[in-house]
Amino acid sequence: MRDFAYARAGTAEAAVGTLAAPRTAVIAGGTELLNWFRLGIAAADRVVDIGGLDELRGIARDGDELRIGALATLNEVGEHPLVTRLAGALASACLQAASAQVRNRATIGGNVLQRTRCPYFRAEEPLPWPCNKRDPGSGCASLAGRHERQAIFGWTQDCVAVQPSDPAVALAALDARADVLGPAGPRTIPMREFHLTQREAAAAGEPMRETRLGADELITGYRLPVSTAGQAYVKVRERASYEYAIVSAAAAVRLAESAGGPRAAGAGEQRIAAARVALGSVAQRPWRLTAAEAELPGTPLTREALLPVIERAMADAVPLPQNGFKVTMARNAAVRALLAAGGAA
Amino acid sequence: MTLDFARRVEVTLRLNARSRTTVVSPRTTLLDWLRDDIGLTGAKKGCNEGACGTCTVLVDGRRMNGCLTLVVQCEGRSVTTVEGLAGMKGAGEVGGELHPVQRAFADHDAFQCGYCTPGQLMSAVACIAEGHATDDASVREWMSGNICRCSAYPQITAAVLAAAREEAGR
Repeated sequence: MRDFAYARAGTAEAAVGTLAAPRTAVIAGGTELLNWFRLGIAAADRVVDIGGLDELRGIARDGDELRIGALATLNEVGEHPLVTRLAGALASACLQAASAQVRNRATIGGNVLQRTRCPYFRAEEPLPWPCNKRDPGSGCASLAGRHERQAIFGWTQDCVAVQPSDPAVALAALDARADVLGPAGPRTIPMREFHLTQREAAAAGEPMRETRLGADELITGYRLPVSTAGQAYVKVRERASYEYAIVSAAAAVRLAESAGGPRAAGAGEQRIAAARVALGSVAQRPWRLTAAEAELPGTPLTREALLPVIERAMADAVPLPQNGFKVTMARNAAVRALLAAGGAA
Repeated sequence: MTLDFARRVEVTLRLNARSRTTVVSPRTTLLDWLRDDIGLTGAKKGCNEGACGTCTVLVDGRRMNGCLTLVVQCEGRSVTTVEGLAGMKGAGEVGGELHPVQRAFADHDAFQCGYCTPGQLMSAVACIAEGHATDDASVREWMSGNICRCSAYPQITAAVLAAAREEAGR
């Protein structure tokens, strides 16, 4: 790791004020940044530490909103009773991320800014193969090589990587907003729009851009609408713990009240009143299945009824030659998440 | 509101119950500082990227990867390494009585080569204190950040549960 100059910020404004200068990085937990420095993914001459900013800490209910400070660690978010009760999918996503000791350092603010786990991208410099994220214009080694873990939505010939954050999937499904501070003051970014697919970035004329956060902006926290809907986060991976998702799904489900009491609808069949569902690790952003969400009200909470709805909503998936299985796996994860959120699994 | 960026930073922290003031380059990780500057080589460098857990230490009682923590981030904090687990014999002199978790690891043969053991021990102490050492599945989930390539997982799980039971019984 190359050396850098270091300063502790006394206020969020002071931290943002340093970001106008080039090669200045923010450190919170540091679990990503230090590895970026080691691999050569990022280089900084100056690092500003926001870890001491109490104003960015804390988890509290504020009327109809749940507010989570950017410096709350993944373990703090995952085990906080307010989050477990009012945003269960987020709590579950946090606790299924990384390991217990990484979760004590990693913050919820930094987590959504983690970069892809694509092994071609995460190699030590000098890179022995092309990667447009590391060396723009060099090409994509994954597209020509191994890509079974890569995107099934929104990719381009330039890059097929996925965003690996678990909490980001829950934040997108729960309609969270990020509070962001920049030189011009605060603004909010809806988490379902925070990340960009390669196709969206290319359409905006910045093909390698990954988020809507400006280089001189800082995430200060999140606000989530308080929800009494049942929630679930399903993570499918190659080992049972401490592993990135192959696919994941976050869901929130409100069930319809049956007309004549809980048992009147015949054979105890329950129907969905409203649902939200997002897939993870299928694109460079969490993938809300909005077509399914429009169709789900009135749908029975059964695997048989949910499968065709999710399939229709995923009809625009474009798998790569090696990752067609992810379409099926993601469909099944979405169905499982909806069933679990509705209390049927 | 201009911040002063420094290339050498003075840090005061507690290390195994003893106060220390040190001056470091900002890039110095807690792991490198412990091993190279202080000479505490209990915390091991396995992957140096947060994947293996053998560098696990406690910072203010919480387990963290020493390789993912900068010394400058530890200002005012209390760091405990595996060397600080056993009872101290006197001023900083180690060699006292084993910590119950250390004894449980010995009793259960919870290691072969031992390279992961310092991290396993620190993680286990925290896992028990957090209240996560309740059953096999919970220990395996909450100890998953510590890789054992000799695969002593069944013995490690048994040792953690035994130490947790002993702690609860005291």
